[in-house]
Amino acid sequence: MLLFTNARLIDPDTGRDESGALLVENGQIKELFYGGNPDLGVKTYDCGGNCLAPGIVDIGVKVCEPGERHKESFRTAGLAAAAGGVTTMVTRPDTIPTVDTPETLEFAKARGAEMSVVRIAQMASLTKARAGREMVEMGFLKDAGAVAFSDGDNVVADTKVLGRAMTYARSLGALVMGHPQEANMSNGAAVTSGKFASLRGLPGVSTMAERMGLERDLALVEMTGVAYHADQISCAAALPALRRAKDAGLDVTAGVSIHHLTLNALDVGDYRTFFKVKPPLRDEDDRLAMVEAVAEGLIDIICSMHTPQDEESKRLPFEEAASGAVGLETVLPAAMRLYHAGALDMPTLWRAMSLNPAQRLGLPGGRLGEGDPADLVLFDPDAPFVLDRWSLKSKSKNTPFDGQRLQGRVLKTYVGGREVYSL
Amino acid sequence: MSFRAKHLLGIEHLAPDEITALLDLADQYVDLNRRDVKHSEVLAGLTQINMFFENSTRTQASFELAGKRLGMDVMSMAMQASSVKKGETLIDTALTLNAMHPDLLVVRHPHSGAVNLLAEKVNCAVLNAGDGRHEHPTQALLDALTIRRAKGRLHRLSVAICGDIAHSRVARSNILLLGKMENRVRLVGPATLMPSGIAEFGVEVFEDMREGLEDVDVVMMLRLQKERMDGGFIPSEREYYHRYGLDPEKLSFAKDDAIVMHPGPMNRGVEIDGTLADDINRSVIQEQVEMGVAVRMAAMELLVRARRSSPREVLA
Repeated sequence: MLLFTNARLIDPDTGRDESGALLVENGQIKELFYGGNPDLGVKTYDCGGNCLAPGIVDIGVKVCEPGERHKESFRTAGLAAAAGGVTTMVTRPDTIPTVDTPETLEFAKARGAEMSVVRIAQMASLTKARAGREMVEMGFLKDAGAVAFSDGDNVVADTKVLGRAMTYARSLGALVMGHPQEANMSNGAAVTSGKFASLRGLPGVSTMAERMGLERDLALVEMTGVAYHADQISCAAALPALRRAKDAGLDVTAGVSIHHLTLNALDVGDYRTFFKVKPPLRDEDDRLAMVEAVAEGLIDIICSMHTPQDEESKRLPFEEAASGAVGLETVLPAAMRLYHAGALDMPTLWRAMSLNPAQRLGLPGGRLGEGDPADLVLFDPDAPFVLDRWSLKSKSKNTPFDGQRLQGRVLKTYVGGREVYSL
Repeated sequence: MSFRAKHLLGIEHLAPDEITALLDLADQYVDLNRRDVKHSEVLAGLTQINMFFENSTRTQASFELAGKRLGMDVMSMAMQASSVKKGETLIDTALTLNAMHPDLLVVRHPHSGAVNLLAEKVNCAVLNAGDGRHEHPTQALLDALTIRRAKGRLHRLSVAICGDIAHSRVARSNILLLGKMENRVRLVGPATLMPSGIAEFGVEVFEDMREGLEDVDVVMMLRLQKERMDGGFIPSEREYYHRYGLDPEKLSFAKDDAIVMHPGPMNRGVEIDGTLADDINRSVIQEQVEMGVAVRMAAMELLVRARRSSPREVLA
């Protein structure tokens, strides 16, 4: 038994953000004491007024295992997650080879269980080799533990294939995660079109491509009745369609990456490839619209879209450089930017980072509820620091926040009541 | 000396007084280049390496001649045929050449921003000879010099840039330069060949060529970049010529003394009428080529001088 005293408890389920104490027993949250610090005669840990919140459940982490272990492994991703307050990594299937058979899923699962200090939930691809032609063995994969089916940022361009896969997924009660994008329009694009793209001479894509992709996917959801999660919504143009689908009662949720909430297209500056992500960073108006959409709950989930890339794949001309940014260790301090800016309060942030992703995938926890697993993050929301990318625990150091001033440090992370990280 | 830039990567980071200083010096080199003995020792003993990752005969020749006339040892490398094919990265290639202690690197690359990337990794002056659709600063500077000599000034002029703006680095550099020098810039071309966000560039956009050319002082034609076309930007060459090709009839909408420019190489009968291009009363296309050498000489000299006056670099 361990009693966390003098904590600022943040529970997205009840919306409470109050001081109190929390008792952990056998890896579970046993009891909460709002407003006081009871003397239970058990071992205590004084949180010193810092925030104690449910651990982050991060949908869409790329671990690079199997296939690219030089970029990231289950061990390093786990350490990075723990250092970032992420207690469950929901891993992407876009590895080499793709996680598209029960066998590869079993391999990844075994590696994860052996090497990672945080929990792992696996996603599998929707089509074989993410090629968009034949659906995977969804039934076997679901039985083997796949929590969702996604082709990552490969859009299933053939609408008939996607429709059938969705129909099949619906019959199994499986969740499909889409990447809303009109594939032909976004082909070859490196940035969002507009004045900045033109000045830099970089090929751009209109935000309309995202809207079109989402409209198509949502029409198929209406047709098939499948449970659908849009991995990343990044522009205001896509929001009306999302709102219509939710108002119509479709089983739809949407995510946004922390990068699209805290950075904009101009951050690319003079061709800084660490700011090349998919979809590309948007205009400031779009960023503000995304923050607003999270605040009102239209966008349900914030993720890090952790995508490790080695130095070589980023030290290239912008168009040729690989997309993606690591995010496990920066998602919390970046989210604190939104908190300190007064845009999102703590319970709202943790609803998007813990409760909603856990509930969408049917995982326990994501909140401070009695009987829930004691997956916890203790953090100081105000602690300032300058991020040095070489201090990251990820094997890859491709963070857009390198050298930036951030506020919010993780002090301790617990998975099932066990301490997995301490500053 | 008001020229402060360490590299010439684009017009974007140049100040108007730097542009003027460069053009003033280039004027002197025009005189030198018209003499029998076209040689200066101002950069004698220095080494210039030309790295062209994209084919170019004219620009490479111009840079080569400019360096030689200033007394430099000049080496031109056809990068397409070299180690790039063997999988060497751009940065490794740059570092290899950097180890040979060049004083100037002249780089052309098919990708926007590639020259910026390279400039970060070497410790000599880098001159952008065109990168992707981004910038081609010496082209804009030679165009500016041509205009200034023809019109007697480089401000309060109305300049129409016509054609494939979307794929043109020449257009970007010219829009920036002409804007910095306080001219009115008009862009003329089909909507499919206009870059996105064009409304925010501080220019006027015309889809009708006659309207666009009305009362302008300068008509700047662009090459229709056929090799850049994925297809589907324009219906056909002949329709393009009909609507946007510069012929005497369309030119009659411009001022009577308007000059006609083209960065070359020209597609006669696609974007410009052949006879008009050769009309010495209107066309300054040959002068542009002449100014090119002078402007490049001036740019090289100023870059080297800016480095020499830099407190961090001590030269023997």
